[in-house]
Amino acid sequence: MRTTRSSTAKSRARGTAQSAPKSAPNSAPTTAAGTAARARARLPRLDGLRGRLIITVVVVALISAVTATALAYRESRDAVLKRAQNAAVDDFRNRVERLAGELDVPTDPRTMARFATDVSSGVRGSLVVAQYRDFTAASDPSADRTRITPELRAAVRTHTRVSLQRVEHGGKPWLVLGAPVGLDAPARRGGSAQPSGVEIFAVVSLAEEERDAADLVRTVQGGLVPVVLLAAVLALLAARTVLRPVRRLARATRRLAAGELSIRVEEKGRDELAELAHTFNETAGALEHTVGELREQEALARRFVADVSHELRTPLAAMTMVSSVLEEDADQLTPDTAHAARTVSTETAKLARLVDDLIEISRFDARAVTLHVHEVDVAEAVRATLAARGWTDRVEADLPPGIRARLDRRRLDVIVANLVGNALRHGTPPVRVTVRAADDRLTVSVADHGPGLAPEVARHVFDRFYKADSARTRSEGSGLGMAIALENARLHGGTIDLAPPAPGVGAVFTLRIPLRTEAPS
Amino acid sequence: MPPARILTLWITPELHRPSPIIGGMPHVLLIEDDTSVRDGMELVLRRHGHEVEAVATGEAGLKLLSRPRGGGIDITVVDLMLPGIDGFEVCRRIRGRGQLPIIMLTSRGDDLDVVSGLEAGADDYVVKPITGRVLEARIRAALRRAGPVTRTDSDDFAGLVIDRAGLTVTKHGTAVPLPPTELRLLLELSASPGRVFSREQLLALVWEHDFLGDSRLVDAAVGRLRAKLEDVPATPRYIQTVRGFGYRFGPL
Repeated sequence: MRTTRSSTAKSRARGTAQSAPKSAPNSAPTTAAGTAARARARLPRLDGLRGRLIITVVVVALISAVTATALAYRESRDAVLKRAQNAAVDDFRNRVERLAGELDVPTDPRTMARFATDVSSGVRGSLVVAQYRDFTAASDPSADRTRITPELRAAVRTHTRVSLQRVEHGGKPWLVLGAPVGLDAPARRGGSAQPSGVEIFAVVSLAEEERDAADLVRTVQGGLVPVVLLAAVLALLAARTVLRPVRRLARATRRLAAGELSIRVEEKGRDELAELAHTFNETAGALEHTVGELREQEALARRFVADVSHELRTPLAAMTMVSSVLEEDADQLTPDTAHAARTVSTETAKLARLVDDLIEISRFDARAVTLHVHEVDVAEAVRATLAARGWTDRVEADLPPGIRARLDRRRLDVIVANLVGNALRHGTPPVRVTVRAADDRLTVSVADHGPGLAPEVARHVFDRFYKADSARTRSEGSGLGMAIALENARLHGGTIDLAPPAPGVGAVFTLRIPLRTEAPS
Repeated sequence: MPPARILTLWITPELHRPSPIIGGMPHVLLIEDDTSVRDGMELVLRRHGHEVEAVATGEAGLKLLSRPRGGGIDITVVDLMLPGIDGFEVCRRIRGRGQLPIIMLTSRGDDLDVVSGLEAGADDYVVKPITGRVLEARIRAALRRAGPVTRTDSDDFAGLVIDRAGLTVTKHGTAVPLPPTELRLLLELSASPGRVFSREQLLALVWEHDFLGDSRLVDAAVGRLRAKLEDVPATPRYIQTVRGFGYRFGPL
């Protein structure tokens, strides 16, 4: 039973070690399995708040239990031994006093031996040794007499009362008693009796008392395990009451970090945790307010751009309409006027393109764009894009026939035109367009053979109005082309990636979109 | 909708005029509220040899068209955003009276407007700002659609009679009046029954658009054509959709 449980715990621990790095980069797993994995991962962690709390409580419980046991053991052992000792002393003294009368001095070894045996039978059958001058008699002649130490012998010689000593012998506790035998009931008359010269010693075993004390310790030890377990359970309960609000707060923080700015936590009670929850709510509120203001400002700015673009459109429509007249008649004008006329004409066209792109990006910002998907022959579409802009001779096209895709043909045209146009303007020829289809995805790569893009340029290449070369204040494009291309790719559920720089390869932009885009109905 | 009797007054001369511009200058009615844009367009179109009637409102344009013989107008260019009667309503009223080609002027990004305009009966659309050259080319293309065709035979497709010489279509003996774009679309499709035309091909054949033409033009024209020709437009017999590829005439 126990082995099974410990192996489960181990496997859990292993599971945690594996899942921990995996879950870190992932955004909050929402599946039931994920929640279960997280709950499991929490259990064996001992460095967490809960683990520390449990360990502390268990250690404190253990220390107090052990200390209490030790104190109780000492006290009870002392009491038991003292009682045994007193009883032994009383027995010994009574016995000796009663039998001392039958003893005549000087005495002979035989009487001494009988005396010793008689005393022994009254003192729980212990070993009793009687000594007179230079001969001794013992109740058990074969017994080891080294338990009677010289200190005790000396004490008996100088005192008239019963002397006693506790000795350890052969791993067992013994009580050794010794007394001089008086001539007639000496103890009761204030020690005026004459010493007979006979000294009597008794060796009493204390093993039983010791065993009783040990039993007591074992009993207390047996109680220790439930006490510690109880402490652990109590600690767990205490940890939960503290940790539940902490965990709630942690969850709320995660959601706040994920952008859910309206998240708030319950402020219950008046403790430090409630204070923390209050601070959290205040912070979240302030953040929500600030972000809301920023978003509002951004929306205003975007709406302003959209409005300005629309306002520019009508005068531009008139200018664009008549600019061809200027161009057509430029030959009949004086050179200066002709130059002015041509400049007005070309700049009008650029301005019109810029306003077009601004309106387009505003529409993406306002999410007012729709896809018109059709079955398209991709090779044909890309070829048409290149031909429409007169790029056929300047671009190497690798267009395998037979790739058909469901997409918005005009938006594909915008994407490819912007990528190729960008490569032709900023890259080094030859520019190469490669179309491939694999795994339900269409890829269109546009590569040039220049030095590639510097990292700080690559980072901003899809930003609006980003100019790689600050010296070049104006280029052919509107500065919105790449941003528009990316928005169009996203509208198809795809991306445009810039390949990491590699030696011998220029900048490579790759459009990846599903082969079959479903039109939002 | 105007009464049906007035309609007949209109349809008859137009339908039996194969090419309205032979021998004369194309006569363009321009309905645009912005003075500068209107003046600019008028200037450019005149330079390209058109006669232009430029008006600022839909009411003025419709009034001009209600003169005898439609005021001699060959084609209408109408801005969708007009004060008073808007461009969509102008399209509908012109289509209710006859088969005059209509080109819409739209603003960029007004996708829904394009669809609504095509549904209202417009033949083509251009997005402002637009150069005079492009507008002129679109007008010419629209006028050519009303012009003569190379084949002059007649076909009878199970009651649908297409007379290529007279440029008339009758169904079970009843004349079906068709605007030039729809008529030209039907002529192209029926010239090769069973052949699948992609939208791009049709855009090039009928609208003379380059490869980047808007396929919604084709879809809208097919829709309008079906509404007039098919018994049940939802399950068409004459003009069938080939999913993923385009359209074909028949098989019947």
